[in-house]
Amino acid sequence: MAALTFDGIEMVYPDGTRAVADASFSVDRHEFVTVVGPSGCGKSTLLRIASGLLRPTAGRVEIDREHLGYVFQDATLLPWRTVRKNVELLAELRGVPAAERSRLATQAIAMVGLDGFEGHYPRSLSGGMKMRASLARTLTLRPPVLLFDEPFGAVDEITREHLNDQTQALFQAEGFAALFITHSISEAVFMSTRVLVMSARPGRIVNEFAVPFAYPRHPELRFDPEFAALSGAISKDLRGVHV
Amino acid sequence: MTELHEPATVGVTAAPGIDPDSAAADAVTPDRLTPRRPRGTTWWAIAWPPLLLGAILVGGWYVVTYVVLDDQRRFLMPPPHAVVSDGFLGESRQGDANISIILHALQRTATVAAIGLVLSIVIGVVLAVLMSQSAKVERAVFPFAVMLQATPILALVPLIGFWFGFSTNPRVIVCVIISLFPIVVNTLFGLQSAERSMHDLFTLQHASRRTRLRKLMFPAGLPAIFAGLRISAGLSVIGAIVGDFFFGQGTPGLGQVLKRATSNAESELLFAAVIVACALGVVVFLFFGWLGRRVTGHWHQPADGT
Ligand SMILES: Nc1ncnc2c1ncn2[C@@H]1O[C@H](COP(=O)(O)OP(=O)(O)O)[C@@H](O)[C@H]1O
Ligand SMILES: [Mg+2]
Repeated sequence: MAALTFDGIEMVYPDGTRAVADASFSVDRHEFVTVVGPSGCGKSTLLRIASGLLRPTAGRVEIDREHLGYVFQDATLLPWRTVRKNVELLAELRGVPAAERSRLATQAIAMVGLDGFEGHYPRSLSGGMKMRASLARTLTLRPPVLLFDEPFGAVDEITREHLNDQTQALFQAEGFAALFITHSISEAVFMSTRVLVMSARPGRIVNEFAVPFAYPRHPELRFDPEFAALSGAISKDLRGVHV
Repeated sequence: MTELHEPATVGVTAAPGIDPDSAAADAVTPDRLTPRRPRGTTWWAIAWPPLLLGAILVGGWYVVTYVVLDDQRRFLMPPPHAVVSDGFLGESRQGDANISIILHALQRTATVAAIGLVLSIVIGVVLAVLMSQSAKVERAVFPFAVMLQATPILALVPLIGFWFGFSTNPRVIVCVIISLFPIVVNTLFGLQSAERSMHDLFTLQHASRRTRLRKLMFPAGLPAIFAGLRISAGLSVIGAIVGDFFFGQGTPGLGQVLKRATSNAESELLFAAVIVACALGVVVFLFFGWLGRRVTGHWHQPADGT
């Protein structure tokens, strides 16, 4: 059953920018779908539409917005709150009682391996740790659908691979449906069950690649010939859509 | 031998760097971010430059008093020790102790400035909150706030006296007029400083306006609010002295002491009053700087290092 369905989505911004043209696809439960595409092709726009932050000018979205997880490009931690208080924020905004909130936060912090840093303020965390805190905050909602907007774009490669492993483990443990955006082909192939290629603006889905590797995927997979072949095919496809 | 062991130690500490995201590498970050005074630095090392300049200025003052000015004109700039002995510790022409005149005036001025500042904060924050909630209110209020700021306070003082008399209230009104603008502008700027993605986060949880204001906009704005507060507090002191200078009724404040000492040519008292006025301004500035650091220092690092 689809956890998220886009049906003929089109987005024309008030200034006339046509960001997305006729996007139709769906993400099932237990699916990890990644969208790659040239920058400015409307990927973020697509996620904002999925989350309800933006109303499309045409088309329909089917999604359960009550329990939606959204991981932003920057960690978006509130600098005046400690890690624990940041992780508790979403539950707090939903009026979850303090004791339950605290339990959810403890659990989520453990899931991303931030134990021991609960009392730290964001300014004393590295970029990777901030992203993990941000991930933990989203996980407190136990979201069946998770949207990721280039979440690991700002961290160095080793940290990124670390975060990829962790996200993948969470995906397996939690079984959420993920819609992930990245400009890293290697990240896309490593994480996903499916990779969608989006064309330059106005963005539309022009190709789709199924990723056959079984989970859990190990970091060495990145050096597998089959992995390289698939990455190459996607890369070639992407070059085709760059104008 | 110690030297030979050095490379091994370096190798061990560098190891966590292989995984920059590991807890070991991250755990040291908080220390790195707190600029520590180099070992062996005392308050003296920090304090001597301003103390030296202060000493030079006092020396220059003596030079002006005894070298530049002749006997007849020495009253224009009495020497520092005379400011202490006659200005602070002497008696006025009426036979009152100067120190008691000055302290009463200081208390009076500080009270007026404090009342004015509190009113400014209440009015300013309410205005800024309203402006932050509606672009129409912002557009409506802003030009008038700028007009109030742009009008020289001396142009308004006669009008204020004309309307409200010459006792306490008009003095407070001068304080409010002069200190309101920085509070409004800085608070508004602060409330609007939260990033869009943070607002998105609250929108996704259907946060109410009040929750958004209380848990996002207001805390995000605190550093700017305190910056405004510090400016306004200084201005409020100026307002209290200016108001007092022009509105003579009731207990005299520092403005009246300045005025009377000038017209009686009691130059030692005049200098003493100027020094006290200056000290009040400095204390207020330091206090609000300290308060701001107390409230936001644990998460906010000001770019200007204050
Ligand atoms: N609020 C907006 N108003 C007008 N144009 C916008 C707005 N937001 C984004 N755009 C434009 O829409 C296009 C797609 O943006 P975006 O979805 O952020 O791209 P991506 O995330 O793929 O880099 C870009 O050309 C961008 O400049
Ligand atoms: Mg984007």
